[in-house]
Amino acid sequence: MNPTYARRRRKDIIVRWLCVGAAGFGVTWLALILLTLLFNGVKGLNLEVFTQNTPPPGANEGGLLNAITGSIIMTAIGVGVGAPLGLFAGTYLAEYGRNDRLTSVIRFINDILLSAPSIIIGLFVYGIVVVPMRSFSALAGSLALAVIVIPVVLRTTEDMLSLVPNPLREAASALGLPRSLVIRRIAYRAARSGLITGMLLATARVAGETAPLLFTALSDQFFSLNLTKTMANLPVTINNFVQSPYVYWKQLAWTGALIITFAVLALNIGARILGAERTAK
Amino acid sequence: MAVQGDAVEVAGPYDRAKALSAFKAGDIAFYWITRACAISVLLILGGIILSLIIGAWPAMKQYGFAFLWTQRWAPSADPPVLGALGPMYGTLVTSFIAMLVAIPVGLGIAIFLTELCPQWLRRPIGIAIELLAGIPSIIYGMWGFFVLGPFLAYTFQPFMISLFDGVPVLGSIFAGPPSYLSVFNASLILSIMVLPFITAISVDVFKTVPPVLKEAAYGVGCTTWEVVRNVVIPYTRVGVIGGIMLALGRALGETMAVTFIIGNSFRISSSIFAPGTTISAAIASEFAESDGLHQSALMLLGLLLFVLTFFVLAAARLMLMRLEKKAGK
Repeated sequence: MNPTYARRRRKDIIVRWLCVGAAGFGVTWLALILLTLLFNGVKGLNLEVFTQNTPPPGANEGGLLNAITGSIIMTAIGVGVGAPLGLFAGTYLAEYGRNDRLTSVIRFINDILLSAPSIIIGLFVYGIVVVPMRSFSALAGSLALAVIVIPVVLRTTEDMLSLVPNPLREAASALGLPRSLVIRRIAYRAARSGLITGMLLATARVAGETAPLLFTALSDQFFSLNLTKTMANLPVTINNFVQSPYVYWKQLAWTGALIITFAVLALNIGARILGAERTAK
Repeated sequence: MAVQGDAVEVAGPYDRAKALSAFKAGDIAFYWITRACAISVLLILGGIILSLIIGAWPAMKQYGFAFLWTQRWAPSADPPVLGALGPMYGTLVTSFIAMLVAIPVGLGIAIFLTELCPQWLRRPIGIAIELLAGIPSIIYGMWGFFVLGPFLAYTFQPFMISLFDGVPVLGSIFAGPPSYLSVFNASLILSIMVLPFITAISVDVFKTVPPVLKEAAYGVGCTTWEVVRNVVIPYTRVGVIGGIMLALGRALGETMAVTFIIGNSFRISSSIFAPGTTISAAIASEFAESDGLHQSALMLLGLLLFVLTFFVLAAARLMLMRLEKKAGK
């Protein structure tokens, strides 16, 4: 074979294998992390984890009930506050303000907030909620999560509503439906699975967030439903327990990590399946 | 029948007017609600900047620009001596090393997924890479500490030390006692965390290359690598750089994973196997127990981080927008 061709082919084959190697590298990390979690977490997985509160230092029994409850409450409030805000804001961008200058500014700012460091959002909420209230609280934690939810939902809402074909809207308008009903009854319905996907993704994103909770909700050892006080939550509990010298706390931390990771991945996969159904149709 | 007809005639205009005005009121209300929500996004950004500036003001007044090049961090001294050099250095170095690893690997995966991978394998691998982005960052921290840390400290570092022993600059980069907590460990974990962002955006922009261009190149006898190198990458360069900047923005601000494994030492060390700290790690580990000037200095660190990521992310978005316009033509 001509040496030039041979060289080009050799180069091509090397690069191909490097790319295959890169893909293998990425998938290996995921597998390694999940296997480590399973290996360390499954040992401690039993009913107690879900029925008992976090133990005091040194104790040898106890679960994560208060932390799991706290996480669910704060995530629910965070999504409950953030999702409608994001949904309406996305609606404005996609339906009313398509050719507005304001829209492009908001879209740009939103994209930046989407990737902004979550610890900064913690600082922000500390400044506007914790300082005036003079105490750490679950409410502050929930609001920090809501601020993270808004950009995610806004982005997917805008994208999904822009996919709804215009003739649908025009047909509804021609029947005399006012604009707000065209949006709520027609556009929302046509984009429903996409909108739900966005909310699931947002939930997955905040369910595992730790940084913004560190100095807003803090965390404690007690079962509490009081929104104006500190509230135990899974990510911060894991963070505190895994760095402790107590074996049982460490075990609980790994079990908690396993629960939270699989919950988040399940939400992610659920969102993806829902999204795929839409594009397949 | 006649009576009913009359009733309709009487009721008709009245109901119609009522319904129309209800529609109109609903329309206006809905418009303003959505508009207010959209504007709230701008308010959040303004609020973040304002609250950081207010919180950081005492530290700004106290230290001025010297804050940027003071290395000492002694919050319990009287008066506290606080400088941002250590955390800023750590943030930049960890992000730099992370990008050094993540860019080639992320692009490699993107090329694999768009050019080489058999169709049936594309979705599973794509999803696996995207799930990497879904794993909570604290899990990365734990994994880095308990699994990657020991490997780096007892296998990788001794190997690198023996390899570069006596070499002037490289020798000191790898020197030092073995430790689970190191700048290099944090960088490696960061690189895995930002990998999915680089890959996802690269795959997206690679797909915008018109097939005709690639087919023409294959037609004149180019190899796959030559097509990627001379057609795909030049066509999508702006988008790829945008994706990389986006990943960089993430790396700069990543908190929990780094806090776990970087060791939180404010001293700048020449060795990448020594502990260090980043801006976000410093805030995460000290803020809850801080007060007064110390807290204000942490706020100032937060402001620096926000300004830094804001510019990186803004540049990323502008580049991606330019590519979108090109694709839209």
